[in-house]
Amino acid sequence: MSNPTAFASGKRVPRPRRGSVYRGDAGMWSWVAHRITGVLTFFFLFAHVLDTALVRVSPQAYNTVIETYKNPVVNLFEVGLVAAVLYHALNGIRVMLVDFWASGARYQRMMLWVVVGIWLVLMIPGVYFMLQRTVSVMFGSAS
Amino acid sequence: MTAAFDPPATRGIEAPRAPKRRVGGRRGTNFEMYAWLFMRSSGIALVILVLGHLLIMNVLDGGVHRINWGFVAGRWSSPFWQIWDLVMLWLAEIHGANGLRVIINDYTRRDGTRFWLQLMLAASVVLVMSVGTLVIFTFDPTMS
Repeated sequence: MSNPTAFASGKRVPRPRRGSVYRGDAGMWSWVAHRITGVLTFFFLFAHVLDTALVRVSPQAYNTVIETYKNPVVNLFEVGLVAAVLYHALNGIRVMLVDFWASGARYQRMMLWVVVGIWLVLMIPGVYFMLQRTVSVMFGSAS
Repeated sequence: MTAAFDPPATRGIEAPRAPKRRVGGRRGTNFEMYAWLFMRSSGIALVILVLGHLLIMNVLDGGVHRINWGFVAGRWSSPFWQIWDLVMLWLAEIHGANGLRVIINDYTRRDGTRFWLQLMLAASVVLVMSVGTLVIFTFDPTMS
């Protein structure tokens, strides 16, 4: 037979699905997000340990640098940091459940939506408290 | 036993959960399995340590706007927060460094590139852990 995929009946074997059940699916994107949030947090940790080290130089040096954290734009980056770390923490728990819980792999997709749900529930009040001061200073009436 | 496909980009890197005994009689240390286990055990601790840290420093009671030298001095006059921050620093740095080590191994193609990136990573880990530990232990809350 010249064509190995053709049956005697003339029907063709359906082509196998390209890639895998993993590739391009929610599980892959949760892994991508886990990597990106982890790398960003690691780079922040490098800067953060060095800026905190200024407490040992002088109170003035530390206070000058820590003022930049209170800038409205940097304040937004802090929201991003908390968002990234919170996702990494929640998805990390999901990864551990997939690894150690017998039914973990079966419920991995459902657990991702639980992760997203808890993330949203915690981020909404978190963003409010983190940006409260910045928003009231920028747009609120002077007090 | 046929040898597994071993592309140049990942040569010499153990597969996760690699068996203790390796082909060729070389002594294996099962390093990747312990690294895998450390990521999970440190991860559980970091969920509490880091989320607690972020909650206190960024969210509660005005968040970042109340942080200044005096605030840090007040916290580090307590051994509880000194130990909290020390354990958090060590676990987070090793956890993050191992993550970056895996990512470097995943994406570098040339041995030389991988070597220099891993060397820079190791240097940054030594710098951050020694500076951070020194600051936590030698900080004087009564200075000026």
